[in-house]
Amino acid sequence: MKDSGYEYSVVRGFAFSALFWLVVGLIIGLWIAFEMFNPALNITPWLSFGRLRVVHTNGLGLGFGLAGIFATAYYMLQRLTRTPLPFPRLARAHLWLFNTAIALAAVSLMAGMNTTKEYAELEWPLDIGVVILWVMFAVNVFAILIKRREKQMYISLWYLIAMTVTIAVLYIVNNLEIPVTPFKSYSIYVGANDANVEWWYAHNIVGFIFTVPVLAMFYYFLPKATGLPIYSHRLSIVSFWSLIFAYLWTGAHHLMLTPLPEWIQTVAIAFSIFLIAPSWGSVMNGYYTLHGNWEQMRSNYLAKFFILGITFYGLQTLQGPLQGLRTLNAFFHYTDWVVGHVHMGTMGWVTMIISASFYYMIPKITGREIYSIKLANVHFWFILTGQLVWTITMWIGGIQQGAMWKATNPDGSLMYSFLDGLTSLYPYYRIRFAGGVVYFIGILIFGWNLIQTVRQKPATAEA
Amino acid sequence: MGINSKPVVFAILSAVVILIGTVVTVFVPLFMPSTQPVSSYVKPYTAIELEGRDIYIREGCNNCHTQTVRPLRTEVLRYGEYSKAEEFAYDRPFLWGSRRTGPDLNRLGGKYPDSWHYKHMQSPQSMFELSNMPAYGWLASNRLDTSNSFRKTSIQGFGYSAEQVKQQIADYAGKVTSAGYDSKTTRDLVTPASLRGELTEMDAIVAYMQKLGRDVKSMEAKR
Repeated sequence: MKDSGYEYSVVRGFAFSALFWLVVGLIIGLWIAFEMFNPALNITPWLSFGRLRVVHTNGLGLGFGLAGIFATAYYMLQRLTRTPLPFPRLARAHLWLFNTAIALAAVSLMAGMNTTKEYAELEWPLDIGVVILWVMFAVNVFAILIKRREKQMYISLWYLIAMTVTIAVLYIVNNLEIPVTPFKSYSIYVGANDANVEWWYAHNIVGFIFTVPVLAMFYYFLPKATGLPIYSHRLSIVSFWSLIFAYLWTGAHHLMLTPLPEWIQTVAIAFSIFLIAPSWGSVMNGYYTLHGNWEQMRSNYLAKFFILGITFYGLQTLQGPLQGLRTLNAFFHYTDWVVGHVHMGTMGWVTMIISASFYYMIPKITGREIYSIKLANVHFWFILTGQLVWTITMWIGGIQQGAMWKATNPDGSLMYSFLDGLTSLYPYYRIRFAGGVVYFIGILIFGWNLIQTVRQKPATAEA
Repeated sequence: MGINSKPVVFAILSAVVILIGTVVTVFVPLFMPSTQPVSSYVKPYTAIELEGRDIYIREGCNNCHTQTVRPLRTEVLRYGEYSKAEEFAYDRPFLWGSRRTGPDLNRLGGKYPDSWHYKHMQSPQSMFELSNMPAYGWLASNRLDTSNSFRKTSIQGFGYSAEQVKQQIADYAGKVTSAGYDSKTTRDLVTPASLRGELTEMDAIVAYMQKLGRDVKSMEAKR
């Protein structure tokens, strides 16, 4: 049992890469949050909001999110198949190339090499790099699944397979472009079609990075961390297939009331509402897993992360479809409400689950105990408080902005100029920044706790 | 349980399942002309406007500005006629945006004189004290690179010859550097002396601002 031949160095490498890009991405996030109420911070073109916002979203989505996914995926794949990684050197190359690509991505985006398509802003040479990285990952995924020693594939593996396949399709289709120079290209799609392809991509890349693999972590690490089996296998089957089926129809709810043909918008609304069911299938599966053992919320620090995480996932997947309804969308779209929505998912659901997964996994792969459960609890409360302040502030600000855009005088004229609406948000932007700082402190504690964990002497009693 | 022990079959089945919605809502519309109709009223961008658009893209202006006016009463009141699909027949990539930190720009063309834009780009806060828009005065210190302009318009399929592109560039340079240019004073104010006789990135982005929604406005005027 001591030496099973499992490849853990790459797991560890990706985990700490995730941590690094998380800190970098959050510093940039704080910077642009400050720019929102103090434009003097747009010191140089490289640090101007328009360029930096993209570094923030890509840095956290691709840098932190993907690295966290790769770390946990390489771990779960080996454990769930009871098979060592077939190509460990390929995985290590994957790690180095990944970090190089993210660094190049950050620099190129700051230099203004940017296709504008959200979450697909990287220019074409880096797109090719991303595809190569994905293939390097997929080779190990499918090789280990084929060689596996455990006959049945557990739920988490389904989600990892779906992610591997779907991201490939999404990324390639949306990034088809014609190069002008090595640093500039044009999309092959035009106008309304370009918009439709892009939001099909953007919605689903969020789904297949921030939902699908995070659910894989949830289904694996929740039972591991609590010692409780998943409540219903059947429910997880139904949830999985209906989730991945319905997801791909819903991108156009991001294009409500635009010139995109109305039928595409309406189909997207219908499937968005449908998506509540499979999303809540996983939420209920999580809650019922703890059924009868809720005392773990007090006794087991990891249970808190998982249950709060899945709760934010549940709220997120209710809020999302409701925002997609035409009447509500007419009010909320383009305001800070949506920004709040996204951050509940990323700061609440994604980070909570990745944090808990790392807390479980890092001690396992290094043969050490977690450095401090107390610090993990402090980390939990900081990121929870920071996130709540952040998102609730943005929801209130969004409602206010939406209302001010719509307000009319008795004679039918507009009551507020655009600038009135914007400047009324500055107090909210300051509070949001403060929430971000609290959250960031929580993340620093998280990082410190993990670093101290691996720096300890290995526990001798157990391996 | 069959499929849960067959990874390759599982992957293929997942691919089929995710492709159903994709084909119906994304691939099929690509081949329906009604998704992106073309109107003779909407003209392609000139080489200069396209260069300006590329600067808009480079600076990530789409992160704060949308370019779609929705068919809502207060929105039409604020910005003008709502956006039609025909207007985007030359947009690669589309720039509809997703967040309005700043106002929508789809009807901006012709709303203000060029001088307004030069001044505003140079210092948004000098015109709106509480604006949070970054200043873009430095664009006027960058000579406009037109070496790829013809290649760009060709890839976009605008159908200009190399000569026409050259002419468009020369015409626009002639316009903004001439003594009779109505925004000459402001342009000279924001442009370094050494570049006043040439095209700058600032000139191009102003040209693009003035193109936005212009064709629809002229169509309405003819009615």
